[in-house]
Amino acid sequence: MAMTQQEILAGLSEIIDEIAGVPADQVTPEKTFVDDLDIDSLSMVEIAVAAQDKFGVEIPDDQLKDLKTVQDVIDFVGRASVSA
Amino acid sequence: MRLYEGTAGARILAFGGYQPARVVTNDDLAALVDTSDEWIRSRVGIASRRLAGPDETVADMAVAAGGKALAGSGLSPADIDLVIVATCTAEVSIPNTAAVVALRLGISSPGAFDLNAACAGFCYALAAASDAVRAGSARNVLVIGAEKLSQWVDWTDRSTCIIFADGAGAAVVGPVGGEDGSRDAVPGIGPVVWGSAGHMADKISIKDRNSFIFQEGQAVFRWATTALHPIAIQACTEAGVDPSELAVFVPHQANLRIIEAIARKLGTPQAKLATDIVTAGNTSSASIPLALSRMIEQGELSSGDKALLIGFGAGICYAAQVIAIP
Repeated sequence: MAMTQQEILAGLSEIIDEIAGVPADQVTPEKTFVDDLDIDSLSMVEIAVAAQDKFGVEIPDDQLKDLKTVQDVIDFVGRASVSA
Repeated sequence: MRLYEGTAGARILAFGGYQPARVVTNDDLAALVDTSDEWIRSRVGIASRRLAGPDETVADMAVAAGGKALAGSGLSPADIDLVIVATCTAEVSIPNTAAVVALRLGISSPGAFDLNAACAGFCYALAAASDAVRAGSARNVLVIGAEKLSQWVDWTDRSTCIIFADGAGAAVVGPVGGEDGSRDAVPGIGPVVWGSAGHMADKISIKDRNSFIFQEGQAVFRWATTALHPIAIQACTEAGVDPSELAVFVPHQANLRIIEAIARKLGTPQAKLATDIVTAGNTSSASIPLALSRMIEQGELSSGDKALLIGFGAGICYAAQVIAIP
């Protein structure tokens, strides 16, 4: 079942809060993980794993490095959940 | 054909640890490669590590740790009839390390073999020792994890040289129930849960004898933080120990972030968490007995405490078991 962008953002915000301690209201689509949210590559792996549990969408390591902003992840999850 | 009579099970009589004298700080490494104290602490959780001297061998460190464990056990060298050295960094593969270590400790003609399960080596060796005692093929076993990773590290590679270190840890394993070997005695080493994932062999490897340790950090991190907590829980189940009974969780000291992630998923808030990596670095097969011997020395653990061990690393190999602190 396709999720709306808002639903994915809400779920992703929860994950980021839990793993990196970034409050949900700071997680907005245009933010970059590394520079704006201060999330490093290992935390990104943890976020990817948690996203897989939550959204049922696998984000492999080789694609993870291309996901720079919150919107990138929303788009990736959105596309994958539509095609799934 | 007959079999040995065997015993009711095995227990650990004592631990011993050895760290080389030379302390290398993150600032020392920042002088070699493009890194910083802050970066290393935040990514791997290491503040300092110990490195062996140029002439100090894996066997030297194994002898030091093994000697301490032997002294702590109250046994004499003559009581030991099997020596297992878990190592993946010996200077040479022939001769093995175990026979030389046994000789230097005054242990006369024991069974002696090396075991390579990389960072899982200590847990594999402990399982082999426990099974040998239980089956009756050995009475008392000296198990040692000893590594000189510094000789397999590229000191210009900032992704690996900040992690790996040198050291040794040991345990003496003997039968439960004392001399009478009474069958109703409670085992001190639980069943091992072990396995491997050969399809990930290339994620941590040394390509050939002219190469250094290579590690695909993200892939290993993802695997370790998702695959291991079910193995750890299964080790508790097999031992009949509820995770809430654990006094301490001692994962291989790979990376503080991995250690904390596994602990979080394990969900045992009452259990102390071994974080020896902060001052020891990643010493592969030595890390678990090193951490335990330090925690026991510092009075953080009591005799009879249940400890959950899980080793994991190159191969990929992993092994977990519950033990009772001696």
